[in-house]
Amino acid sequence: MSPALVISRREIRTYFNSPVAYIVVTVFTILTGYLFFTQLFVEKQAELRGFFGIMPLLFMFLAPAITMRLLADEKSSGTIELLITLPVKDWQVVVGKFLAAMALLCTALALTLVFAITVRSLGPLDRGPAIGGYIGLVLMGGAYVSIGVMTSSFSRNSIVSFIVAFAISFALYLIGRLTQFVPPSLQALTSFLSIDSHFENISRGVIDSRDVIYYFSVIGVCLLVATLSLESRRWK
Amino acid sequence: MSDDVMIEVKDLTKDYGTTRAVDGVTFDVRRGEVLGFLGPNGAGKSTTMKMLTCYLSPTAGRAKVAGHDVFDESIEVRRRIGYLPEDTPIYRDMTVKEFLEFAAAMRGMLPDQVEARIREVGQRCGLGDVAGKLVGELSKGFRQRVGLAQAMLHDPDILILDEPTSGLDPNQIVEIRSLIKEIGREKTVILSTHILPEVQATCSRIVIISGGKLVADGTPEALRAREKGGRYRVVVESNGVAKEAIRDRLASLAGVARCELATGEPGSHTFAIDASASDDLRKPIFRAAVANAWTLLELARESASLEDVFRNLTTRDEETKQ
Repeated sequence: MSPALVISRREIRTYFNSPVAYIVVTVFTILTGYLFFTQLFVEKQAELRGFFGIMPLLFMFLAPAITMRLLADEKSSGTIELLITLPVKDWQVVVGKFLAAMALLCTALALTLVFAITVRSLGPLDRGPAIGGYIGLVLMGGAYVSIGVMTSSFSRNSIVSFIVAFAISFALYLIGRLTQFVPPSLQALTSFLSIDSHFENISRGVIDSRDVIYYFSVIGVCLLVATLSLESRRWK
Repeated sequence: MSDDVMIEVKDLTKDYGTTRAVDGVTFDVRRGEVLGFLGPNGAGKSTTMKMLTCYLSPTAGRAKVAGHDVFDESIEVRRRIGYLPEDTPIYRDMTVKEFLEFAAAMRGMLPDQVEARIREVGQRCGLGDVAGKLVGELSKGFRQRVGLAQAMLHDPDILILDEPTSGLDPNQIVEIRSLIKEIGREKTVILSTHILPEVQATCSRIVIISGGKLVADGTPEALRAREKGGRYRVVVESNGVAKEAIRDRLASLAGVARCELATGEPGSHTFAIDASASDDLRKPIFRAAVANAWTLLELARESASLEDVFRNLTTRDEETKQ
């Protein structure tokens, strides 16, 4: 097994051996469940759009909570020294951590499939947007998680890592909100940089390569920066 | 000879910002050697070990471990070493068995060999029945053993141990030392410490560094012999002779740097004499005793201890710095 997978297996075990996974998944399900079912019972609308709409904001808290200690804790407890003197490349450490956080995030998302099933039992489910929405959630979640992995590599303090990850995610979210205030020449740029505009496209059921490339680029860049930051101890 | 050189360090230098932690250290270690890495706290022992284990990169100079450069072929190096970092950082939320399995998987060991190997290494390191316990619940001594077991898991040719006996009780220290000695017969071991008896008990060679510089390299015997002078212990029966008179007479002998009264048994005077040169002072002392009709009860030369060597080498350096 690749060292990256060994690391992610260990991280997943750590998540589920500690309260972290359960708290994160519970809080996430309660919040999304509340939003979905109020919409269902109060507005009498059985649809997933409201649930998808809130996710860019929810991920802003969820992802850093999952990722904040991934590398910061290794640094503060010194285990990084043991980990990194094993025959493993720095990028494998970063990717292993990223995959573990994604596994937890996808677990939380899998529980929300209950909403899709509920909608379907009450009437026709618009399959395109639903499938697209979930694909979009995984991609966007990947972007948020990679930002968290990156900020976790910067500091030995997981709280700092949480706050910086939140700030970066929030900035990428705000850029999208700026679109209506900037000159038309910049609108294309701000809307391209926005972390949720691509998700909106995908959750309409249209999977455009541009949107997919955006998320893969964010993931790629963040994991690269995290690797470099880990490697920086070896710079001469 | 080059076949047997397992670790080759040449002009190794490491700067942290403007501070030079390790300054042009050169030494090599052969197969079957247990090298004691000695130095006061902050001398650069750990930094050197971190460079040998590819955790840090040297600022200048190079190091080869098992024939591979620590910077250019770091994965190859890491495959061939077992490393016990200082303070034994181990994931506290894993059980001992889980942790060892994790380390084995990271090293790509085959799953069907792992269990037997863990049992074997656990036995050698005296892990006993703690396999199912959480690392975070273990005492320091057991955690140290788990760290050591982890380092030995893949049967590496080279073991690098940063203060392997710190935090252990005297019984555990003896056990770990004999284990290290046993491993040292076939493998190469580098261990750092500032406990001198440990070096005498386990190491076949000593490297002393101070202020980042290598100040001595040799066998414990050779290092002790290097130390000039020596101490003499003289006991004279007290029957009526004033001890000050004897002291003054002894102090006036050629080659005596210092003569002090020491505590001894009643009815006798005990003197501690420091020699200024390497000449043997036993004869002049004996003659002085005969000439003055002192009853000599005891006359012994004490060779310089490793403590003296260490203190002289490491404080001399600080003096020249100031």
